[in-house]
Amino acid sequence: MKHPLYETLGLILLLLVLASAIGFALRLAKGRDNDTVRNLNERIVSWWIIVAVVGLALICGTYATIILFMVCAFLAFREFITLTPTRPADYWPLLFAFYVALPGQFLLLAVSWYGMFAIFIPVYMVFVLAAAGAFGADTEAFLERAGKLQWAVMVCIYGLSYAPALLLLRIPGHSSAALLLFLLVVVQASDVFQYVFGKLFGRTKLAPRVSPSKTVEGLLGGGASAILIGMALHGLTPFTWWQAAPMGLAIVVGGFVGGLVLSAVKRSLGAKDWGTMLAGHGGMLDRMDSVCFAAPLFFHLTRYFYT
Amino acid sequence: MVRLPRAILLAVVRLVVGAYARFAMPLTPGVQRLYFANHTSHVDTLAILAALPPKLRTKVRPVAARDYWDAGAGRRYVAQRLLNVVLIDRARTEGVDPLAPLREALAAGDSLILFPEGTRGDHATPGPFKSGLYRLATEFPAVDLVPAYLANLNRAMPKGRMIPVPLICRVGFGTPLPRIPDEPKEAFAERARDAVIALQAQI
Repeated sequence: MKHPLYETLGLILLLLVLASAIGFALRLAKGRDNDTVRNLNERIVSWWIIVAVVGLALICGTYATIILFMVCAFLAFREFITLTPTRPADYWPLLFAFYVALPGQFLLLAVSWYGMFAIFIPVYMVFVLAAAGAFGADTEAFLERAGKLQWAVMVCIYGLSYAPALLLLRIPGHSSAALLLFLLVVVQASDVFQYVFGKLFGRTKLAPRVSPSKTVEGLLGGGASAILIGMALHGLTPFTWWQAAPMGLAIVVGGFVGGLVLSAVKRSLGAKDWGTMLAGHGGMLDRMDSVCFAAPLFFHLTRYFYT
Repeated sequence: MVRLPRAILLAVVRLVVGAYARFAMPLTPGVQRLYFANHTSHVDTLAILAALPPKLRTKVRPVAARDYWDAGAGRRYVAQRLLNVVLIDRARTEGVDPLAPLREALAAGDSLILFPEGTRGDHATPGPFKSGLYRLATEFPAVDLVPAYLANLNRAMPKGRMIPVPLICRVGFGTPLPRIPDEPKEAFAERARDAVIALQAQI
């Protein structure tokens, strides 16, 4: 295939048209007051927006994509911190996280400095945030506060930054933007099909206390569908069709764990959704939780085996 | 000429602190209102203006302390040109009623944003209310008294800090405070404060 990126984007748009048609038909069949159908239709509308924004960024190139993910990381991190109780002494660590860690991490991507990108947050920012916290001179629950902030930075900023980091990978004869699209399609397909299979065949709850909507049937059906989609889209990547299967599996597992872990975090903070910005989905972090965990895994597997 | 800079300023406020509005009941344009809210940061006034729909915003004037907002050309430009504030003297002078400019604005038909605590607090729960709100409320019985609660702004911009932490802040608007004839000053102040605190749970 000559332009797998454009063809795949076109295919996704076709699927969205199909999904919108199904949503419309369901609304006619079940009536306007059915909550599940209304939520489904809200999700489909949000998907149109997400696909338009991501598609445009990928077409516009590396810098546009890096900026898009920086904005996503900002919104996700802000949702996380808003729900996390902080004290006045956390002011400086929060300021460093928002104004140094976040732009710094994505700036390193923009200048293609991979060595620094990989250690900037785990080595330097963890150090700076801990120091800034200690200078705040408030020992009340210090470890909990420092831990929560560092965790939020690691998941929302560091984890998510690995998605656009795929653009740094130089694989002869392959476009790295296509590689990023592969990750996003597989991880989101896994989420969507887990939701669909869960709604249709879900019987056995997987972790009722952490995430009541996750079922074994949903995970198996959704995961298998996502892996099949990944195999079909192996043209986006340097993988052969069978190599795309274990790569897809890694993404599915990473994404599932991300969703489960952040669901546990969310509930421990006493919330149902991270935010309200994406109608039907909740907040930015509700949609990106799986990417935050799958992206680093996929990046390092690809980097190790293919560059 | 002030429309564009004002729109830009409020857009920046929304970008940095969110300022998402929650309405207990829809507020219709064309009604004179006295909004009263808890006060925790210098961004409070801007956050309420940014949260109000443009149709409601036009005739709303924030009440601001002269000692802060009249100091320096930058603040004066923002306060007087962009926000059209009503300046109030916090330092009492003998024989001068500090509420006079507010009365004038209400008599002219403007809506006001008032922080009845009189000063910024450190906590999520507002401190005791001063009597200004009570006096204006009794003198202008036709004005709707709308409680508002500013959530998270005390975290986004703690007292004494200049750079805001860009958290998601919400502004909750409640139902207008019912009027009770011959209510004593203290009871009114308590009831008004409770109306603001009650919004905390709905946000």
